[in-house]
Amino acid sequence: MINEIISMNGYGAYVWSAFSFTLMSFTTLYFATKLQLSKERKKFAIKFGSLDAEKARAARSQNINKEILSNTSNI
Amino acid sequence: MFKLFEPNKIFAITSKAPKYILFLFIVVLTIGLTEALVLSPEDYKQSDAVRIMYVHVPAAWISLGIFSSLALLSIGSFVFKNKNFALIAKSLAPSGFVFNIVALVTGSIWGKPTWGTWWAWDARITSMLILALFYGMYLLAWRIYREKEKVIKVTSLIAILGVINVPIIKFSVDWWNTLHQPASINILSTNTAIHTSMLIPLGIMTAAFTLFSLLIFLMKYNTELIKLKNKGLDRL
Repeated sequence: MINEIISMNGYGAYVWSAFSFTLMSFTTLYFATKLQLSKERKKFAIKFGSLDAEKARAARSQNINKEILSNTSNI
Repeated sequence: MFKLFEPNKIFAITSKAPKYILFLFIVVLTIGLTEALVLSPEDYKQSDAVRIMYVHVPAAWISLGIFSSLALLSIGSFVFKNKNFALIAKSLAPSGFVFNIVALVTGSIWGKPTWGTWWAWDARITSMLILALFYGMYLLAWRIYREKEKVIKVTSLIAILGVINVPIIKFSVDWWNTLHQPASINILSTNTAIHTSMLIPLGIMTAAFTLFSLLIFLMKYNTELIKLKNKGLDRL
């Protein structure tokens, strides 16, 4: 059974390479996008941390800013 | 109506949704891969090589769908003067491009055992390659131009010009003599040339790929929103 699945009647190299390429592309795109997102979140947290009290209060009044800060460590 | 979908209002949803979509994608993909690689039957002519269809066809469909969406969103951003349309289009493009490349590469791999060649300048393949070039130009334009008004104009123009190629890809197999077979599935009719045992894995894999493009879109859209907010903090 396992051998049949691997060899795919002699087409195994084609089938497995097509599926592998697809999954590798997906994995690369996912991690590249995730990295970009966490970089921007970190940048936001650093900038937010450097604001003085008044500016930080003004920035915190926007819900979206609070949401970004609350999600900085996870996705 | 568009006010309901303002980034500030929907960020709470778009920032939490990816983890649920990722989970759903993994579940649907696992079922799809089992169906595509193990449970579905081999083809009487192509034998097991037919299984490449389960990644090639959904990737091609989704890359075409995403590019059509880019064009519609570009028209929308011109008509309604709403920059959120451009932001949505920008976030959709990377996954569309990757699906386009997957369709070209897996098509090439499928071509070798079925047609005896990795590549042919056939109408369908060439028009898909042109679509990849349009995707490339679209993504490059976002990197090259810094001025917001200009980049929206240039990328919209690329998307609107490029969408002319979409019906050419769709009907290339009917208009010209190509190595590709005519369409086996017609969404406007219940008649398909594919047996249910192959149609089910194809449907599941299409659902999995759609979930993946939604996942990447949401992550990219959140990144773009945070970039905007970073600029906002600079202005404070």
